[in-house]
Amino acid sequence: MSELLALDGLTKRFGGLTAVNAVSFSLERGEVVGLLGPNGSGKTTVLNMISGFLPPTGGRIALNGEAISGLRPNRIARKGVARTFQLVRALPSLTVAENVVTALAFGRRTLWGKAAHEAAHAHLAAVGLAGRADQPAGALTYIDQKRMELARALAAEPELLLLDEWLAGLNPTELRIGIDLILSLKERGITVLLVEHVMDAIRALCGRAIVMNAGRKIADGPTAETLRDPEVVRAYLGDGHA
Amino acid sequence: MTARTLLGLLVAGLVLAALAALPLFAGPYAVTLMIGMTGYVVLATAWGLFSGPTRYVSLATVAFFGIGAYTVGVFSETLPYPLVLLVAALIGLAVALVVGLSTLRLAGVYFVIFTFGLAELIRQLVTWYEVNVTGTLGRYIFLPVTPEGIYWQLLALAAATFLFSWGIGRTRWGLALKVIGDDEVVASHCGIDITRLKLALFAVSAVIITLVGAIQAPRWTYIEPSIAFNPTISFLTLIMALLGGADRLWGPLLGAIPLFLLFEWLSANFPNHYPIILGLVFIAIVFLLPKGVLAAVESRLRKGGAR
Amino acid sequence: MLVTALLSGLVLGGTYALVAMGLTLQYGIARIMNLAYGETIIAAAFLAYVLFNGLGINPVLGLLIAVPLGFVFGYLVYGLMMRPLVRRAKSRETLEIDSILATFGLLFVIQGVMLVFFGSNYTSYSYLNIGVSVLGTTIAANRLLAFALAIVLGGGLYLLLTRTLWGTALRAVAVSPTSAPLVGIDVERAARTAFAIGGALAAAGGVVISMYQTFTATAGVVFTMKALIVVIMGGVGNILGALFSGLLLGLVETFVATYVDPGLTLAATYLIFLAILLWRPAGLFGRSAR
Repeated sequence: MSELLALDGLTKRFGGLTAVNAVSFSLERGEVVGLLGPNGSGKTTVLNMISGFLPPTGGRIALNGEAISGLRPNRIARKGVARTFQLVRALPSLTVAENVVTALAFGRRTLWGKAAHEAAHAHLAAVGLAGRADQPAGALTYIDQKRMELARALAAEPELLLLDEWLAGLNPTELRIGIDLILSLKERGITVLLVEHVMDAIRALCGRAIVMNAGRKIADGPTAETLRDPEVVRAYLGDGHA
Repeated sequence: MTARTLLGLLVAGLVLAALAALPLFAGPYAVTLMIGMTGYVVLATAWGLFSGPTRYVSLATVAFFGIGAYTVGVFSETLPYPLVLLVAALIGLAVALVVGLSTLRLAGVYFVIFTFGLAELIRQLVTWYEVNVTGTLGRYIFLPVTPEGIYWQLLALAAATFLFSWGIGRTRWGLALKVIGDDEVVASHCGIDITRLKLALFAVSAVIITLVGAIQAPRWTYIEPSIAFNPTISFLTLIMALLGGADRLWGPLLGAIPLFLLFEWLSANFPNHYPIILGLVFIAIVFLLPKGVLAAVESRLRKGGAR
Repeated sequence: MLVTALLSGLVLGGTYALVAMGLTLQYGIARIMNLAYGETIIAAAFLAYVLFNGLGINPVLGLLIAVPLGFVFGYLVYGLMMRPLVRRAKSRETLEIDSILATFGLLFVIQGVMLVFFGSNYTSYSYLNIGVSVLGTTIAANRLLAFALAIVLGGGLYLLLTRTLWGTALRAVAVSPTSAPLVGIDVERAARTAFAIGGALAAAGGVVISMYQTFTATAGVVFTMKALIVVIMGGVGNILGALFSGLLLGLVETFVATYVDPGLTLAATYLIFLAILLWRPAGLFGRSAR
C-alpha cells in the first residue's frame, strides 16, 4: 500500500479559538478510516480544510505527495478529492441527473452530452436512484438527497472520498443499505475518510479510527483498540468513566 | 440539432429579418424609437447575462456604456470605424477585468460598492484628462453613419447577445452557471472555477454594454463626460432587467420594451418629475415583483395547473 | 503649505468620519446597505442652506432642526421600506440585495425632489467665513467649527455606544443578530434605532459639510461612495475604525488635491479602496463584512 493523504501539523484558528490544533495523520490508498470525536472537536473543520472549503491557518496537507493545502476547492476536486456535506447540499433547482452531470462535466474526465447522461444514470443506479433522474432534486426525500449527493461525489471518480456524517439520520434499514454502499466503495479501491457518530457503522466499516478531542488528535489505531483507549472513553463520557 | 431548435432558430431569423426591414417602411421617428429600444434591450439582456445567474448587482452599466461612447468621440477622426469599435471593446474589457479581478473573489457587496462609484470615477478621470491634457471638454462626432446604420448594428448586436446567451445554456458552462446560482460551495467542490467563470461572464457582459455605447455615440454629434456617463442609464437598465426577470433569457427583453415606452412618454410629459417617478416605479418593482414578471407568471401558472 | 494641508485634511476627514459612522451603524447593525445615504446628506445640506439664507438661522442651530429630522426620516424609511424587506428576506444575502435595490430607487426619488426644488447648480452660503490663525497658517473659522462639531458629535456617539447599556445592546446586535434575542434584546427595534441614528448622523454631516463646501443635488453618490469606502476600511460596524479611516481618507484627499491635482481626489479614494480590497478586505481594523 502507498500513502494517499498526509496531514502534517494541520491547524485552524477562528479568531481566538483554535478549532484544529496541530493534527497529523496519513491515509494509505484503499483504506476506510473513521474520524471520530465529540461534537465541536474539530472533525468537520479537518474535512473542510482537506476539501479546500477552509484555508488552514498552519500545517500542510499533501495528496499523493503533492501539497494541496490552501488550494481552492475546485483545484482540489480536480486532483481527486470528493465529499458530501454534513447538512446535505442538493442543487434544488436542477434535476437529479443534472446534479450528477455537474460532477462529471467539471471532474477529471470532463464528460458532457450523451456520455455524461449515461454515466450519470449508471451512478444513480448504483446508489439506488435508478428511474429518478429527471425529478427535481429539491423534491427528493432526505435520504434520497443523501444518496444523490453520494452519487454526485462518486461521479467525480475520486481517489479520496470525504463523508461528513453521511449515515446520520437514517433508520436501521436505511443504515444497513448505507453501510453496504460504503463497503462497495471499499471494494472498488476508493479511499474513504468518514466523520461519523454511528458506532455500529464505524465498527462495520473502518479498519482504523482516528479520534479527536478539543481540536487535537488523541488516538489513532485499529478501531476496536482505539475505542477502548481510556483517553477516548474519557473524551466521550467524562472523567468518571475512565 | 433537433427539429425543434432548428424551427426556433428559423423563427428567430424571420423575426430578425422583419425587424431589420422596419426602416424601409417606417418613418424617421420610428427608427429613433427603435434605436433607443433595441439599445436598452441589449443593455438589459447583457446585464442579466451576468447578474442573473451570479446574483451580483452591477451598478456600473453606464461606466461601460460611457467608455464605449467616449472612445468613439476620441478616435472617430483618427481611426477607421470598425477599429474604433474594437478599441472601445478592448478598453471596456480591460476595465471589466480590473473590476472583476479585484472584487469577484470577495463577497458580492464589495462588487456592488465598487460598481456603484465606478461611473463617477471614470467620468471624473476623463474630465480631468480632457481639461489638463487636451485642454477641451467635449468632442464632436462626425461619422458617416445613418440612423438606419446604427439601428442595424444594434440589431446585430442584440442577435449576437441572444445567440451567446442561448448558446452558453447548451454547454457545460451553462450548467455551471445554474449550479453557481443554486449553491456556490457545491459548485466549487464539483470542480467549477467560480471566480474565473464569473470574471469571464462579467467581461463578456461589459464588452457588449461598451459596444452599445460605442454604436449609439454617433447619434449625439456632440459628446462630453456628463452626457456619456449619465447614471440614469444604469438605473433604467437595472429596472428593465429586474422587471422582466434577470435569470431568464427573454426576461430583460420583456422588461425593456414596456418600460422603455413608458419612460419615453414620461420624459416627454413630465421632464422635471421624471427621476422621482422612475425611483418610485423601481421601488414598486422591488417590492411587488422581486423575481420579475416571468417568474411571477410561471408560479401563477404552476398554481393554476395544480388546482 | 504642509500645515494648511494637514489642517484641511483633518477638517474634511472629521466630516467623513462623522458621516461614515452613521453608515457603519446602518450596515453593521441594521444590515441595510443604504445607497441613498449620500442623498440624505445633501438634503440636510440644502436644509441648512434654506434655514440660513431664508430664515437667518445659523447652521449650528440648524443642527438642532436637521438632526431630529434626519432621525425621524431614518426611522420612517426603516419602518415603511426596510422592515417589509427584512421580514421577507430568507437570508442575509437576499436582504442585502433587496436593500441595495430599494435604496437605489430611493436615491433617485430624493435626488429628483431636490432637483425640482433647487435645480442642478452648485450651492453654498457664507457663514463664519473669516480667517483664523492656527499654527502659523490661516484657516476659515467655519472649517474649524465643522471639525469641532464632527469631533463632538462623533465622540459623543462613541461614548453613548460604548458606555451605556443601550449602546451595548446595539453593538451586541452588530456582533450576533441571532443570539442577541437570547439575552432579551429586541433585534428589530435595535435595527430601527440604528438606522434612525444613521439618518441623524447623515443629517448632521450634511449640515456640517454645507458650512464650508459647495454642493449640488447630484453629489450624493460621491458621499455615499466615500462613506462606504471608509466603512470597509474601518471594518463594518466598527465605530472607532470608521473614525480613524475617515480622518485618513480626508488627509489623503487633501494631500492629493494639494500636491497632485484636485481633479484626482476621487481617483485617489478609489486607489485606496482597490488596495484595501486586494490586501485587507476585512478592513484595516479587523472584522469582515460577513
